[in-house]
Amino acid sequence: MNKQNDMLSPELSPEALRKIDREVAKYPADQKQSAVMAALVIAQDEKGWLSKETIAAVASYLGMPPIAAYEVATFYNMYDLQPVGKYKLTVCTNLPCALSGGVHAADYVKEKLGIDFNETTPDGKFTLKEGECMGACGDAPVMLVNNKRMCSFMLPEAIDKLLAECN
Amino acid sequence: MALIDTISPLLTTGWSKGDAGWSLKDYEARGGYAQLKRILSSKMTQDELIAEVKKSSLRGRGGAGFPTGLKWSFMPKAAPEKYVVCNTDEGEPGTFKDRDLLRYDPHSTIEGMIIAGYAVGAKRGYNYIHGEIFDIYQRFEEALDQARAAGYLGERILGSDFSFDLFAHHGWGAYICGEETGLLESIEGKKGQPRYKPPFPANFGLYGKPTTINNTETFAAIPFILGMGGEAYLNLGKPNNGGTKLFSVSGHVNRPGNYEVPMGTPFAKLLEMAGGMRGGRKLKAVIPGGSSAPVLPADVMMECTMDYDSIAKAGSMLGSGAVIVMDETVCMVKALERLSYFYFEESCGQCTPCREGSGWLYRVVHRIEHGQGRPEDLDLLNRVTDNMMGKTICALADAAAFPVRSFIKHFKSEFEYHIEHKKCLVDPEVQRAGSGFFRASSVARVA
Repeated sequence: MNKQNDMLSPELSPEALRKIDREVAKYPADQKQSAVMAALVIAQDEKGWLSKETIAAVASYLGMPPIAAYEVATFYNMYDLQPVGKYKLTVCTNLPCALSGGVHAADYVKEKLGIDFNETTPDGKFTLKEGECMGACGDAPVMLVNNKRMCSFMLPEAIDKLLAECN
Repeated sequence: MALIDTISPLLTTGWSKGDAGWSLKDYEARGGYAQLKRILSSKMTQDELIAEVKKSSLRGRGGAGFPTGLKWSFMPKAAPEKYVVCNTDEGEPGTFKDRDLLRYDPHSTIEGMIIAGYAVGAKRGYNYIHGEIFDIYQRFEEALDQARAAGYLGERILGSDFSFDLFAHHGWGAYICGEETGLLESIEGKKGQPRYKPPFPANFGLYGKPTTINNTETFAAIPFILGMGGEAYLNLGKPNNGGTKLFSVSGHVNRPGNYEVPMGTPFAKLLEMAGGMRGGRKLKAVIPGGSSAPVLPADVMMECTMDYDSIAKAGSMLGSGAVIVMDETVCMVKALERLSYFYFEESCGQCTPCREGSGWLYRVVHRIEHGQGRPEDLDLLNRVTDNMMGKTICALADAAAFPVRSFIKHFKSEFEYHIEHKKCLVDPEVQRAGSGFFRASSVARVA
């Protein structure tokens, strides 16, 4: 199967399932559902986003009703229920960041990419999101790249550098 | 990394080497795990241990300030299955201390949690880590592997009869999971909607079993308290406000960052440590305990000392120790608009007064900020908060209400100016300059 088909199929790769097994092992044997948050992240990392079919596949693997996994996927902000660009940029605009330029940083990124919040560039490279507090207010303005990489002190030069690095 | 400074280093002892000083061998070289060894080898009783923590007057560092020793003593002795849970779901705007604690010294939290497990008779623990700091979660997992390999975690720790294991669980973007019962629901693999209390977690916690849940900084303080003795720790601070505390200073200061100072340190001293006001501008207001704490005007704040009692007396809360500093370039209406949006966005939707009320608050503050305010809006806002506070399962409704009430109380004339003149008292260019974000006048598009 080529890569394209892998992405479309709700089935998770053996590697992803191994990672999910490691998460399941953290909890009591009768509490597999506890691993659902981590499992959805693992699935999202592999598929790029979470389709209903992918969520159902995760639920089935953990032996829980699909609706229970869907509730989790829709409750927490960082699950992507629609396709996103190769780089999802989330800019914190909450008050502590805003006091140090968070809103201006977001405006600057919008202008550079020509998109607004919740939009993706036509080439599918960047998606821009407005974020809530990431717990790094001392490093404001802060941005997250693809949920897992925190970028600090995002003044114009740092933003230019980050965008140039994203290929 | 954020800058740090301290008057009496305790929690931050291990931070001086930055990212190079977090591993097990560094922690052991600083005397780490010595308290766990002493407890196990001396067969200290649970009651003795809890008594020592009570003596320290350590109060919960997550925001509520509940006495830690007392909380531990609520755990039923006989229950066969119990849990210890650490709350590192640090999402209260302005707070970033637990991230640095786990980044620079994860083992102090691990040792504190193992000792707590011993004290309350739990065999298993979880640390719930904020989803946005995934690299910190990975580091914590690595630290757990180190502790397990060294025999500090697992079956029969260091040859004793005591067994305890500890795991990391990450969030994925939900402020409400910082509420302890929402957090427990989240570990169980559900939406993080808070539970009715009582029963409290000490009776009905994780998986319905007795559970002790404390903040990261609270656990991290435990090894230091046992090392110096509860009384010595208490004496570092002031009565009823024991020890040192980490303060996350953000906003309009020259050196935002984490500062560890003894409880009772004057705010003026903390401000000085943080490099003073950015650009030498005038202090306007401070939110002293995270965004949910009532804002205080500059003159009131400058008279405060940094401890639970002094800040409470001034009409606010020490909360999580997140000090958000605002200078004269801030529009208080815009500041409140952003905070109100946050609570509206993060309300879990379970209780009607919070779900609907937080939306009302945001929409009314938004229209004032955007020149569509009505003279009766300030009374309306206060009335909406009356219908939220104390009327919901958890404190998020109160957290949404406190900023609204306090901003209007202390800065009423600014709100009235907005309503009357349909614009801000502070020029938008002055606001931009205050943020310190400068850029070239023309922006090159990259996409």
